[in-house]
Amino acid sequence: MKNVQKQKRANKSLPFFVRDEFKVCLVIILTSVVLLITTFTFDIVPPILNRGIQPATFPKALLILIIVMSLLIYYLAIKNPWKIEKKLPKSFYLTILSFFIFVVISKTLDFFLAISALSIFVSYYWGEKRIFYLLLVGIIFPVIVFVFFETILGLRFPPGIITNIYYS
Amino acid sequence: MDNLLLMMAPLFSSKLLLVLFFGTLFGLILGVLPGLGPTTGGALILPFTMTLDPLSAIVLLTSIYCAGTYGGAITAVLINTPGTPAAAATCLDGYPLAQKGEAGRALGMATVSSTVGGIFSVIILVFFAPILAQLAYEFGQPEYFALAIFGLTMLASIGEGSPIKNLIAGAFGILISTVGKDFMTSIDRFTFGINELTEGIGFIPVVVGLFAMSEMLTQSTLINQVFNRIALKAIKLPSKDDYKKTWKTILRSSGIGSFIGVLPAEGGTVASLIGYSEAKRFSKKSEEFGKGSIEGIAGAEAANNAATGGAMVPTLALGIPGSATTAVILTGLIIHGVRPGPDLFREQPDFLYGIFGAMLIANVLFFIFGFFGAKIFARITLVPNKILWPMIFAVSVCGTYSLNQSIIDVWIMLFFGVLGFFMRRYGFSVVPVIIGLILGELVEGTLRQSLVIFDGNWLMFFTRPIALTFFILSLIALAFPLIRSKKFKK
Repeated sequence: MKNVQKQKRANKSLPFFVRDEFKVCLVIILTSVVLLITTFTFDIVPPILNRGIQPATFPKALLILIIVMSLLIYYLAIKNPWKIEKKLPKSFYLTILSFFIFVVISKTLDFFLAISALSIFVSYYWGEKRIFYLLLVGIIFPVIVFVFFETILGLRFPPGIITNIYYS
Repeated sequence: MDNLLLMMAPLFSSKLLLVLFFGTLFGLILGVLPGLGPTTGGALILPFTMTLDPLSAIVLLTSIYCAGTYGGAITAVLINTPGTPAAAATCLDGYPLAQKGEAGRALGMATVSSTVGGIFSVIILVFFAPILAQLAYEFGQPEYFALAIFGLTMLASIGEGSPIKNLIAGAFGILISTVGKDFMTSIDRFTFGINELTEGIGFIPVVVGLFAMSEMLTQSTLINQVFNRIALKAIKLPSKDDYKKTWKTILRSSGIGSFIGVLPAEGGTVASLIGYSEAKRFSKKSEEFGKGSIEGIAGAEAANNAATGGAMVPTLALGIPGSATTAVILTGLIIHGVRPGPDLFREQPDFLYGIFGAMLIANVLFFIFGFFGAKIFARITLVPNKILWPMIFAVSVCGTYSLNQSIIDVWIMLFFGVLGFFMRRYGFSVVPVIIGLILGELVEGTLRQSLVIFDGNWLMFFTRPIALTFFILSLIALAFPLIRSKKFKK
């Protein structure tokens, strides 16, 4: 508890634009404003066909509500600042990177290969250096999962280098 | 009497018994593994339920729910990390007691109180769900709108963390539900020219992303964390003295848990915290709390399992989920063509009482599994994260892909994983997003249809007594955190 209070006090001494509460509220508000602008591009139902409110009205109301509440959070955070969060370790960024690698590989090469690559990458960077376990998480287990889903659900995975070989 | 016989039906069906057996076992494993839980597990197994008949599918999901909620206690007692958020309060006394060499006693009390809480809540469910369903006959579109708003405000006010952050998360969940073709006019909203988004954003990618993937990211920040595991010899049934000390606490927490469960909030998580604090308030030895009090374990565990039955009451009677896991169960019902609400009680009592009976049996089954197998389940926590999480990733990706066979769903899941991580980091609960997403169509649909009925006159909402009552209750719910914080300051 004392530690949290200390972190809060430390946060209060920082300039407002580097504080978490400012950054978080700014991101929420900016995103909401962009989405709010988008709602003005929605098609409008002609009055003769329209029953009740326009399709854009409800999302608009929600976005305005989110913006107002975000401002309220920021106002409250000025009085009672959030505690400073610890810096994220390298392993976190590498896991995020692996998500990107997954998206790229699944889009361009192969779905199975993408799962396999991510599993090996994550396992390795989280500290697993033994080849057998890397093969287990990267190849053996994904194969079991693929076969299981295909057999039980009759699932057809998207085409790719490896899945094409499997299906042929 | 007929209903009692219907409840016993799962006992006479080998298929249902097998489903219950598997569901309880799977639920326990999910509960034991920190970061996973009945919500993620239920979402991942949802595609597989398509191969089952509706009753078996829902029985599977509910047994995972009951057993998963209990399973969290095993990890809470042995490694001081709640297997599920609902077991957070169990750590407070479970782990200190285990450190004193009484892990078996702590787990024995957790098992007994969980079972009693669970069974108590099923009894509440059997009695109150039909009454609530009967009341729902009085509900029109405006009443359902007011009810959904009440649900969301309750979620904000008694959920964990800041009420305003919870409200933002709930509003965001509703906003996600507006993506795709507008159901009344077929006009595209927030599709950004992506064809796959015209069908809207699916429930499963969001749930798996917000729960499993965000947890994977959280685990990536904790890879150097060392857990102090306490060895378990065997579970011990509570002694006579322990029963004497705790029976009132168990009953009180069962009542609290069932009541909290009925309210649309974070179900077991909030219930266990309130159950724990009430146990402390009523205890003659409150100074022992936090140091290994057996009453603390009983209070938290009876409450979180009692919330399971409670949360099923609005889910089945009104189609309003009482927790994130019941939102998954509700999705399961809808996927299988079962529409929750009063008609379900009138037209399919065999289905409904089959679920009640299955929940009752699941509570007995996890008692047996927990009692004889806790030592084995505890070993599951020994699987290192560097092996476990890549495996969970593979299952999550395939599970998410399988429902619509859409790669976009997988990317949506990853996006919500990253979003969920940052939401949790900055104190936004992800549960309101799930509840908002599932209630979104109901909120918007009933609002728009009500306005058609009222010819665009908003004030007409306040001329309907039931709707007005829910609006007043919503205001009270919103004011509650303010009053609570003022009282706390005093």
